[in-house]
Amino acid sequence: MSNYPEDLRYTEQHEWVRVEGKSAYVGITDFAQHELGDIVYVELPGVNQAIEVSEKICVVESVKTVSDVYSPVSGKIVSINVDLEDNPEVVNEDAFGEGWMVEIEMTNPEEIQALMTAAEYKNFVEEAAS
Amino acid sequence: MNNDLKKTPFYDKHIKYGGKIIEFGDWLLPVQFKGIIEEHNFVRTSCGLFDVSHMGEFLVEGPDALKFVDNLITNDAVKLAVNQILYTPMCRENGTTVDDLLVYKYSNEKFFLVVNAANIAKDFAWCNEVKNKMKANISLKNLSDSYAQLAIQGPKAEAILQKLTKTDLKNIKFYWFVEGEVDGVHCIISRTGYTGEDGFEIYFDPAKGHHLLDKIIETGAADIMPIGLGARDTLRFEAKLMLYGHELDDETTPIEATIAWTVKLNKPSFLGKEVLLGQKEKGTKKILTGLEMIDKGIPRAHYEVFHEGNKIGYVTTGTQAPTLKKSLALAYLPPELSKIDNVVEVKIREKFLKAKVVILPFYKREKK
Repeated sequence: MSNYPEDLRYTEQHEWVRVEGKSAYVGITDFAQHELGDIVYVELPGVNQAIEVSEKICVVESVKTVSDVYSPVSGKIVSINVDLEDNPEVVNEDAFGEGWMVEIEMTNPEEIQALMTAAEYKNFVEEAAS
Repeated sequence: MNNDLKKTPFYDKHIKYGGKIIEFGDWLLPVQFKGIIEEHNFVRTSCGLFDVSHMGEFLVEGPDALKFVDNLITNDAVKLAVNQILYTPMCRENGTTVDDLLVYKYSNEKFFLVVNAANIAKDFAWCNEVKNKMKANISLKNLSDSYAQLAIQGPKAEAILQKLTKTDLKNIKFYWFVEGEVDGVHCIISRTGYTGEDGFEIYFDPAKGHHLLDKIIETGAADIMPIGLGARDTLRFEAKLMLYGHELDDETTPIEATIAWTVKLNKPSFLGKEVLLGQKEKGTKKILTGLEMIDKGIPRAHYEVFHEGNKIGYVTTGTQAPTLKKSLALAYLPPELSKIDNVVEVKIREKFLKAKVVILPFYKREKK
C-alpha cells in the first residue's frame, strides 16, 4: 500500500517535496506511481531554468498514459535526476527516494507552508478514493 | 462512475483478482492486474487469461447465408471450409471499413460472426442494411448478450486448456474451431487470438460457465495469470494486429491498413471491390507504416508525423513495446515516405523527434 513519509510536503497533483536548506527536491508520490503503473519514460527539464509554482516541470509516461508533473515551488532548477532517463522504473520502485526528479533552488521558501503535510495528504488520497 | 456502463459476467472476478477497472467504451473492464509489462511478458512466455466477453456475436442462418457473408466481407467465404475461421474486414461501397471481424463457418447455411464491442450496434444495422438490399433469405441475430468469451493465450495455453477438455486440442489448427466441453460447459473452442501467440478463444453461455474463469486460473496455477486491456493492447500492437478506432476506422480501407491479404479481389463481387481494386492497382495516399524512435520519446495515438517541415501523417498506436524494449509506433504515412530506414519526425509535445521506418510486424513469434 501507499506510504506517506512524515518529513515531506505534498500537492493535490500528487507531487512531493523534500526541503534541504534552500533546495527543494521534487518527485511524484508512491500513490501516483501506483496509479500510473509501469513507468517507461520521464521527460526532465533543462537545468538553470527558472520556474514558477504550478508550472509544468516534467512529463511521466507509463505504458498507457502521459502525465504532467507540476512544480510545487518557484525557483530555479539546479539539478535533475539523469538516472531516470535510462531507468524510469526507479520511480515505481522508490518514488520518495531514488525516484526524485528535480532539485529546485527556492526563491520563496514560504510556498512550502501552503503544501499539505503527510497527514493531510493521506486524508486527501483516502477521501478521493472513497 | 456512470451507472449505464456494462459489466461482463466476470466483473466480480476482476475485482477478486485485483483488477484495476476502467471505462472502456460502454464497458467496465480491467486495464491491468499485476502490471502491464509483467502481464505482457507472461503471455509471451507462459499463459494469460483474458475476459473478452464484451465482444459481439451475430448468427447468420438461412439458404442465402453464404451468399450474404461473401458479399459482406472482403475475404473469401466461399473457400472457407466447415469449422474454419476467417479474419476479415467488412467494407462499404467506397472501401472504408465498417469493422474487422472473425467469420466462423458451420455450413453454407450457418455462419457465426464475432465483431468489435464498440461496433455492435453499427455492425448489426449495417448487416441488416446489406441483407435487405440483397433481399437475402437469412435470419440475422445479435447474440452478443448470450455469449461470454475467454481467451487463453501464450505458449502454455494448449497444455492448460487441455486439462479441462476431452477435445483433442492438437487437432485444432490455427484459425479452426470445434464445439466441445470445457469443464462440462458447452463451448465453441477456436484456435484464435489477439496477442501474436498461440492460444484459444472459448465462447459459452455465461449462466453455465461463470465458474470457468476461476477454474482455468486454478488449473493453470503458476503458469497462468489474468491479463487486462493494457497488455492486450501492447501484445496486439507488437504483432501488428489491427485495433478498430486506431488502425482501421470509418475512413480507412484495408488496402491502406496493409491487410490486402484479407481482400480477395478475384472474388466475382463484394462490397467495396471496385474502390479496393483501384487502390490495389494505383496505390493509396496513405499506408500503415512501422516507426521506431531514434530520439528519446514515446509516440502516442494522434501525434503528428513530419518530414522536412511538412506534416505527412499521424500515429495510430504507439508505446514503449515491452517485449522489444523499443519505443514504437504504427502510423499512416504517404507510401513514398514509408520505405524502410526512411527518417521522419514525430511531434511530441512541441518537439520534433526523429524516428525511422521499420519492417512490420514488430514482433513475430518463433514457430515450433
